Amino acid sequence: MSESSLPAGAATETPLAGRWSARLTLGLLLAPALLWLLALIVLPHIDLALLSLRERVGPRQYVASLAQYRTFFAEPLYWHVFVRTAVMSVFATLLTLLLAFPIAWIIAKLARGRAASLLFILCLIPFWVSETVRTLGWMILLRESGVLPGLLMKLGLTSVPVELLYHDATILVGLVYTSLLFMLVPLISSLESLDNSLIEAAYDLGANGFAVLRTIVIPHAAPGITAGCIVVFMLTLGNYLTPTLLGGKNSQWFTEQIYTQFITRFNWEQGAAFGFLLLGLSTAIVIVGLRLSGQRFGEVMRRT
Amino acid sequence: MSTPDLVADAVVKRFAEHTAVDSLSFTVARGSFFSILGPSGCGKTTLLRMIAGFIAPDGGDIAIGGKSMRGVAPNRRPVNMVFQQLALFPMMSVGENVGFGLARRGMGKSERRKRSAAMLERVGLGGAEAKRVDELSGGQRQRVAIARSLVLEPTLLLLDEPLGALDLKLREHMKIELKQLQAAFGTTFVYITHDQSEALVLSDHVGVMNQGRFEQLGTPQDLYYRPQTPFVAGFVGANNRLIGRAIASDGETVAMTTTHGWTIRAQRHATVTTGDAVEAFVRPEVVQLARSVTELPSAHPAHAGEVRSLLFDGANSAVLLHEANTRQEVRIALPQTGQFADLRVGEQVFFSFDPARAICFQARAGAAAIGAASSDV
Repeated sequence: MSESSLPAGAATETPLAGRWSARLTLGLLLAPALLWLLALIVLPHIDLALLSLRERVGPRQYVASLAQYRTFFAEPLYWHVFVRTAVMSVFATLLTLLLAFPIAWIIAKLARGRAASLLFILCLIPFWVSETVRTLGWMILLRESGVLPGLLMKLGLTSVPVELLYHDATILVGLVYTSLLFMLVPLISSLESLDNSLIEAAYDLGANGFAVLRTIVIPHAAPGITAGCIVVFMLTLGNYLTPTLLGGKNSQWFTEQIYTQFITRFNWEQGAAFGFLLLGLSTAIVIVGLRLSGQRFGEVMRRT
Repeated sequence: MSTPDLVADAVVKRFAEHTAVDSLSFTVARGSFFSILGPSGCGKTTLLRMIAGFIAPDGGDIAIGGKSMRGVAPNRRPVNMVFQQLALFPMMSVGENVGFGLARRGMGKSERRKRSAAMLERVGLGGAEAKRVDELSGGQRQRVAIARSLVLEPTLLLLDEPLGALDLKLREHMKIELKQLQAAFGTTFVYITHDQSEALVLSDHVGVMNQGRFEQLGTPQDLYYRPQTPFVAGFVGANNRLIGRAIASDGETVAMTTTHGWTIRAQRHATVTTGDAVEAFVRPEVVQLARSVTELPSAHPAHAGEVRSLLFDGANSAVLLHEANTRQEVRIALPQTGQFADLRVGEQVFFSFDPARAICFQARAGAAAIGAASSDV
């Protein structure tokens, strides 16, 4: 009996030890990422959450309160900027999608081999330059004494140089330009995985171009479209540089309000509350977007 | 007589230097099963895609149901296609797949449902409407792909090697099913394949295609028993291919000596004359095998041989032997009687065949290079 139990015991021990060492390896491999998440995301957010939930009542005297959030709803300027930022971001995301889809289609389906890589590199090249420099490039083009107003005057389309900066449209142009690549990548990968024979089959069964797009291409690319929209929307909503430089004082972007509270007004409590409101806003809009498109977050992220 | 469903008139398609389809003309009668049989790269897929409308011909015209299809887009042709990989829409249910074409015609939802359900019933998939495509087996998907096309009542159904992706057992089964479906619906089928057995079993007429042209167009029996070119003789069915030179010819038959030095007689095809380089074909089942020379019919020349290997394959069993004097390899089908079940490698046997059932062609240019096709089963 002891003879037969010995190998059995040894057999159960080995996989157990193997499992532990596998777990240890996994833990060690994950450690840097987990540390990074904890130190740079979780801890600051806990601190910010605590900050946003207190009110200064005297020098170095604080009490727990919802005053910061109350201020936001009481002051029309704040929530006006908040809603404006959300609407503009949604608009910029849709615009980016409309612009990126044909480009992605050309790269994924029409161009072949080297041409496809070349086109993709052309989309990538602007990103080798810092975002600040790129945005300043737009300013050089669009400002009153810049290239484009000068050209318009030379062509006789305008009698005086027009200021093309500091409009909502200018902000949108900048935002779309900055986000395009992040929409293109998931779109290209989802369109590349679409079997051409499905398109041909739909066409063969009597579908026209629009019906093929609506019934075959978009349903297939839906996870890619959703992923691209989520990424672009979050980048746009949290963008600070582009709205500030291209929109100037008129931009009224919510990130500017946060910046003002933290840096100019030195009101960290208010800034932290704004930060959480922005986080809540982006989460809510992403959830609504997923519901509307019938996609699941896990599925979308796996497909990209 | 009604107008044929498909008329191809001198259809040409060139890709750069290469002529994929070379001035091809043929007609397909209404309600018939027409196959285009050829090796890969012979241009059969190009031809099918021209009929479907995905490629425009460089010359000639294709008429379907009596109307020229020049400049008619695929979605406006009375033609539907079953794709090689089936191309069922994974984002839709089985019912939506079948109803897809009807929806594109603007048919209402309830009518569409009724028709797709009836069509699925007819292909033996009644009640499968709500299933997802990936829940179906290979054979069921096949039937959905056919149902999706037939529900539109096309003049012509094109099938692009639809059985290629299936395993052998299922392929055999689907062959029979396809034939029964075609008979039940009466739709004209144009079927392309590289598998000669599919073409022979299924078709009313077969066009054997090679390098953009039809080598021969006829019934499966014509192709098998009366091949018109060495390519057809080698490609359709198993065949012994013997290369050599004609040494004598009289009206009906030719005597030839193979490169191994074996002399045989075969039926003379067309213009073969004494001294020509020739290739002859003898089907394995035409050759009669015997253990003693007296068992063979005295009317035909008898040969002696030594068994080299036994190829057991149930009803398709054969034996490879070497002719005694020249070591020319000959493949002979074993009769079903079990008479040679105890045959051993190295045994001495005798064989003969009726020269009228062997055929001798003028050799093709570069024939030696493609000799490998000779014993393709």
